[in-house]
Amino acid sequence: MEQKQFDKIVDQQTPKTPLFVNMLKAFLVGGIICTIGQLITFFYIRFFPFTERTAANPTVATMVFIAMILTGTGLYKKISQIGGAGSAVPVTGFGNAVISASIEHKPEGYVLGIGGNMFKLAGSVIVFGVVSAFFVALIKTILVKLGVVSW
Amino acid sequence: MISSLITSFVVGGLICVVGQILMDVFKLTPAHTLSTLVVSGSILDGFGLYEPLIDFAGAGATIPITSFGNSLTHGALAEAEKHGLIGVLTGMFEVTSSGISAAIIFGVIGAFIFQNSKTTY
Repeated sequence: MEQKQFDKIVDQQTPKTPLFVNMLKAFLVGGIICTIGQLITFFYIRFFPFTERTAANPTVATMVFIAMILTGTGLYKKISQIGGAGSAVPVTGFGNAVISASIEHKPEGYVLGIGGNMFKLAGSVIVFGVVSAFFVALIKTILVKLGVVSW
Repeated sequence: MISSLITSFVVGGLICVVGQILMDVFKLTPAHTLSTLVVSGSILDGFGLYEPLIDFAGAGATIPITSFGNSLTHGALAEAEKHGLIGVLTGMFEVTSSGISAAIIFGVIGAFIFQNSKTTY
């Protein structure tokens, strides 16, 4: 069988991913999570001395706390089955990746299990975030020093 | 208040749609998708484009993982402005600490409270 024929058969046999439906679900689930975040932001601005700028930090921490409860009770798995990227892209998905890894590897011990595996799934986000931030900031700082752009 | 809830819903939802497209159309794994979004967030802040989005959408821009890349770059740039090139290295986690520290702390607490079952993934 030629490679082209083979590819065609593979194409026919794999179930079509309903792209539009997936996008709609991701939009709704991600949107709802961000709306909850906005409500928490309002809460911190109203009842604590935070401004709109600084309220983002406690909001993120609260969302990760909620992610812990949902992950531990198994609800986040159900949400992510519906939401796809809608549940993975918000910071709750980052929290879910860290927390589920640490719960899963707990039997291997506190140091080697939890400590060693906590960032197994989420580590790449931190690594590439830091590396790209380093190069972006480095390039911009050099450009500012050369007088090409301003802060 | 209602209007900012709607903008955060729409903007946050749209960023998640971008993630879904990366997964479905470009066939990236979730880890690749999230890394791509973080890198885009940090590049957007290099051009000074992410902060206006936060002003516009609030939590719609701060909750998605793109804001993680944004705040890493933002901390590095703010420190570089004060102390020069070395600030790029030292200022990195200045702004973004809460997401990582919360994930570590609640990860350990969660492991103490909850038992491993097939439902956590």
